[in-house]
Amino acid sequence: MLKKVDDYVFEVPMDHQKGMRVPGRIFISDKLLAQVEPGTIDQVANVATLPGIVKCSMAMPDAHLGYGFPIGGVAAFREEDGVISPGGVGFDINCGVRLLRSDLRSEDVAPMISNLVEDLFHDVPSGVGAKGRLRVSEHELDEAFTRGAAWAVEAGFGVDEDLEHCEENGRLEGAMPNQVSLKARKRGRPQLGTLGSGNHFLEIQKVDRIFDEDLAKRFGLFEGQITVMIHCGSRGAGHQICTDHLQVLSKAVKKYGIELPDKQLACAPLGTPEAENYFGAMAAAANYAWANRQIISAWTREVFERYFDNAKLDLVYDVAHNIAKAEEHTVDGLKERLYVHRKGATRAFGPGRPEIPMVYRDVGQPVIIPGSMGTPSYVLCGSRGAMKLTFGSACHGAGRIMSRTQAKKTYAGTEVKDVLTRRGIKVMATSPKMLAEEAPEVYKPSDEVVDVVHNLDIARKVARVVPLGVSKG
Amino acid sequence: MEPFEYLEHTADVKFKARGRSLEETFENAALAMLGAMIDPATVKAEETWPIEIESESLEGLLYEWLSEILYLFDVELAVFSRFDVKLEEDEGGWRLSGKVGGERVDPERHFFETEVKAVTLHQFEIKKVAGDGGEEIWTAQVVLDV
Repeated sequence: MLKKVDDYVFEVPMDHQKGMRVPGRIFISDKLLAQVEPGTIDQVANVATLPGIVKCSMAMPDAHLGYGFPIGGVAAFREEDGVISPGGVGFDINCGVRLLRSDLRSEDVAPMISNLVEDLFHDVPSGVGAKGRLRVSEHELDEAFTRGAAWAVEAGFGVDEDLEHCEENGRLEGAMPNQVSLKARKRGRPQLGTLGSGNHFLEIQKVDRIFDEDLAKRFGLFEGQITVMIHCGSRGAGHQICTDHLQVLSKAVKKYGIELPDKQLACAPLGTPEAENYFGAMAAAANYAWANRQIISAWTREVFERYFDNAKLDLVYDVAHNIAKAEEHTVDGLKERLYVHRKGATRAFGPGRPEIPMVYRDVGQPVIIPGSMGTPSYVLCGSRGAMKLTFGSACHGAGRIMSRTQAKKTYAGTEVKDVLTRRGIKVMATSPKMLAEEAPEVYKPSDEVVDVVHNLDIARKVARVVPLGVSKG
Repeated sequence: MEPFEYLEHTADVKFKARGRSLEETFENAALAMLGAMIDPATVKAEETWPIEIESESLEGLLYEWLSEILYLFDVELAVFSRFDVKLEEDEGGWRLSGKVGGERVDPERHFFETEVKAVTLHQFEIKKVAGDGGEEIWTAQVVLDV
């Protein structure tokens, strides 16, 4: 049974499950909680059994059933006696979102939307098993693993300012390409510069609502403005890296005598070779993902420049939502270095944190929450509540409520496309069948999810953007 | 005995595969995984790829078998509809030598329903149970990240 401890705060008590070291905490409204599966709460409790976990095992308002951690799960571990687990990162390492802002207004772009979406669909490869336009050498692949977006910019994809406006400057330190298997390299090489499929997308949007004029101005956003959102991750390279290290860590669990309620929570104590190697490989995948989003941004700019001289498309920010990182947080008044896992959760640092780019530092970092296909996305600003409540974390999206099987039974892909077209959204997808899985109705309403983090002062609402055109895998 | 069935899971694909032998269970698990991605009736078994794996545990072996098929799908850009598995056990653990039959992806004929990213270990389980007729059968439960 959950215990309501405050508005939007529910506790999973220690007696929910054997072996819990800390309680669980779900940040959610009563209404959204009613849609959370019991299995999700069990997954929050499972994470609470891991060694060295600090304060509590958390879930964001978009929480739903995952594998290992719940989706929307956040947990921090002490450096001295904690662990690192691929169950808290997932297979699509550094799946994330970036938002580009233009100087264009929606009325100027409206007549060209079809052309833009067609060109984006053509120029940015997507879909199951898509191969990139890019032919990178083994050396360049190493550079992508080691230096991420910084390498991509050097290779001609984008400008230095892009790096400044990217979580970790688009490069997670500590990557170990020698911990990336030959298989992961073989999958990664042809797929650099591809969007992938599933819920990944490339979307042309319009800012349709401003909630906070000052913050919007700081983020360079105004009503009626055209923006572009890119949602993708580390592709087959990341999937293989997680697959490989999950097996190593499964053995480590036995070696270090860790008891687990779920095999996907395989982990190793921080500081052991198994933990360091996983971190190094995960960082390599994270960097690959940042390079990937950087390359896709450059191609997106090329498409816009074909039609508009003054498109600009500056990067507002780029956030990761599947990642583990070493961060400093205040625990019981003391500063501690913790390994924060975010599985389907976004970093949402409040004002003053040195990790935030100078232009945003005194207000807090931009937090980008993609909607599902055809529904609004939100831009928020990380706030003080996040530092107090959630180790500087917010939700990452809308959160699924209907399974893919059920979605397919309920909606046909072509029907979904018709509905979106009638709403004036141009959609192109390599696999129309997959559209049904991503029908807007299978997700929780994103405004309710965002309202929870706003009301808890985890992240404040800045702007809402709505889709005009979508390219999907 | 149903070779496999899909179970309800909000975000991912969960299935239970069955077999009168472990070999058959491994083959049916592969069919269930591919079946989540594409209609197997659209896939011709024109080419064959060999798979050789060793693992200390039976569960590790199934995990690697399915992961290896996803790897082949990604690097060979091929889809599969036939699976043939031979298993051996010795003191060191298990050995699998298998063959997967399929063809290269043709975007004109192959329409994907879902992209399977990976095989997870969440609720991963191989069990020997009593079948409908009282005979012993094997089951394998797997959750795929999609």
